[in-house]
Amino acid sequence: MGKTFTKPKSLSDQITHYCPGCTHGVIHRLVAEVIDELDISGRTVGIAPVGCAVLAYNYFTFDFQEAAHGRAPAMATGIKRVRPDLMVFTYQGDGDLASIGMGEIIHAANRGEKFTTIFVNNAIYGMTGGQMAPTSMPNQRTTTSPFGRDVDDVGMPIKVAELIAALQTPAYIVRQAVLKPKHIVKAKKVIKRAFQYQMEARCFSLVELISTCPTNWGLTPVDAVKWAEDNMLPYYPLGEYKTPEAA
Amino acid sequence: MAKVLMKGNEAIGEAAIRAGCLNYFAYPITPQSEVAEYLARRMKEVDGVFLQGESEVAVSYMIFGASAAGARVFTTSSSPGISLMSEGISYIAGAQCPAVFVNIMRGGPGLGGILPSQADYLQATKGGGHGDFRLLVMAPASVQEAVTMVMQAFPLAEKYRNPVMILGDGLIGQMMEPVEFSDDLKTDASDKDSWATNGMDHRGSSQRNLVKSLFLDPEALNQHNLTLKAKYDQMKQEEVRFDTYNIDTDYQVLIVSYGTMSRVCRTAIDNMKKEGVEVGMVRPQTLFPFPEEQVLAAAEKKSCKAVASIEMSMGQMIEDIQRSVQGKRPVHWYGKCGGDVPTPEEVTEFVHTLL
Repeated sequence: MGKTFTKPKSLSDQITHYCPGCTHGVIHRLVAEVIDELDISGRTVGIAPVGCAVLAYNYFTFDFQEAAHGRAPAMATGIKRVRPDLMVFTYQGDGDLASIGMGEIIHAANRGEKFTTIFVNNAIYGMTGGQMAPTSMPNQRTTTSPFGRDVDDVGMPIKVAELIAALQTPAYIVRQAVLKPKHIVKAKKVIKRAFQYQMEARCFSLVELISTCPTNWGLTPVDAVKWAEDNMLPYYPLGEYKTPEAA
Repeated sequence: MAKVLMKGNEAIGEAAIRAGCLNYFAYPITPQSEVAEYLARRMKEVDGVFLQGESEVAVSYMIFGASAAGARVFTTSSSPGISLMSEGISYIAGAQCPAVFVNIMRGGPGLGGILPSQADYLQATKGGGHGDFRLLVMAPASVQEAVTMVMQAFPLAEKYRNPVMILGDGLIGQMMEPVEFSDDLKTDASDKDSWATNGMDHRGSSQRNLVKSLFLDPEALNQHNLTLKAKYDQMKQEEVRFDTYNIDTDYQVLIVSYGTMSRVCRTAIDNMKKEGVEVGMVRPQTLFPFPEEQVLAAAEKKSCKAVASIEMSMGQMIEDIQRSVQGKRPVHWYGKCGGDVPTPEEVTEFVHTLL
C-alpha cells in the first residue's frame, strides 16, 4: 500500500517560523494542494506581504515576489497585465490588506484584475507584536488598545469581504475559516474555486479566512479557536458574498 | 526616418514604444499628463499595456511587479508623484529590477507649482527612497535628446538591473521640437530567465526564481549592499555622459548647467562672446554618475577664475560641482526656482559679477 497522505510538491521542506497553533501553516498547505491539483505551479507567481507571512516565499517551491507593506495587489496587477497567462496570487494579512493596503486592494478588485487574494484575518498585527488591526474586535485588548478596542474612538472592525463584494464589478468574494476541520475542508474548496475563476480569466477573486493568533491573543491554540468562534464568526459570517455568475 | 514635430511629452511616450517597451502604468499629474493621454491611444494600436493606476504609490508597484515578471516597463510622473513613487523605487532597486522612470520636474516643495523646475536634483541623484541605492539619472536638454535618452534607458536599466530616471523639466515636456526616432534598441538582450519571476514553465526550468529585497541576516544584507555598490561603481566607470560648449577658448568662467537651463546658458555664452568675454560650459547629460573628472579638468584650465552652477533650484547640483572641483576654484550659484526660467540677460549679468 502506498502513502495516503504526502506533502504537496508546491510546499518546500523548510521548517516554518510560525508560532505553535498559528493557522498560516494550514493555509499555506491548502494553497499548495490546490496549485498541485490544478497543475499550475510552473506558471504561478505568489506575492508575499509584509507581516507574519513576509517569509512565505521560503515555504513554496514556485516563483515568488515579495511586496512592500500593502502593495501586493498593485504588484499582482503589474504581473497579470503584462503576463495574463501567469497564475498570480497575493497572500495578505489584515494589517497589510485592510489598513495600509486598502487603496490597492479596492482598486484592483474594482478593475476586475484576474488574480486571487488569500486574505488572512486574525484580527491583529502579528509580526510587529500584537497591535490593533482594522479587523480587531470591539473591546479586543491589543498592545495599542490596552483597554480594549474603543469603537467610539476608532470605529468598528472592517468587514473586508462585504466591503469588496459591494463593488459593482463582477468578482468571486468569499469568507471561510480555518478553525475546525469542517472549515478547512470548505476553505480548500473555495480557494480552488478562486483559482479556477482565475484560470478562466473570469474575475478577481478574494478568499477571506478567519484565523487565529494564539501568541498575540495570549491564549492557548485551543482557547484561541474558541475565542474566534465566539467572537469573530458572529461578526464575520462565513459564506460566498459574490460570484461572477450572480453579477 | 524623417523628422516629425512633436511635443516633448508625446515624443517621450513614442520613444518608449520605439525602444520596444509596450507596458506603461501611470497616474495623471501636470506637467506630464500628455504622456499618459498619448499612450492611452497609442498602446492600443501596438497591442501594448496601458493602465491608469489609482495612485503613484500603486503605479510604482505595478512597475515592480511587471518588471519582476520580465517585462520592459516604464512610467512618467512629475515631482510630487515621484515622491510617492519613491517607496516603490527603493524596493525595485533593492530587488534589482530594471525599470524606467521619467520625472518631468515642476516646482516644489509640497505642491509648489506646475511650471518648469530642476528642484528634484538631490532627490534623483542622492536618494528619493530609503536605503543605500542610486538611480542612473539622465538629463535631456531637448526633445530629441529626451527621445534618445528614453530609448537608451531601457538597455541601461537591464544592463544594471536597476531603475533609470530621465530627469526632464516642464519645458522639455511641454515644448514642441522636431524629432527623429531610431529603431535600434528594440531587443531586450539581457538574460531575464536567470532572475525574473516569469514562470518556471516559461523558462523551461524546475528552479524557481525569487524577487525580494529582504535580507534579515546582517552579513547577507551587507553582501547585498556591496553587490549594489559594485553596480554604482561600474556606472561611474562606464556611463558618464556630458557635453561641452565653447570649451576650447580661454574662458574666464566655467558654467556647469543641465537640461533646459543649459540652453539658456548657451545663448548667454554666445552673447558674451560678442562682447569679448569667453565663458565655457560643461553640460552633464548624466547627473548620476556625475562627470566629476571632466568638470574638474575644465575648472582647472589656467584662464578659468571661477565656476558657476546655474540651475533652476536653490543650489542642488552645486554640491556635486564643489565635490568635483575640490576647492581648486571658487564655485558660485545662480538660479531661480519659481517656474520662470532665467533669461540669457540674467545669466550674463550674473557671470559679469564673477569676472
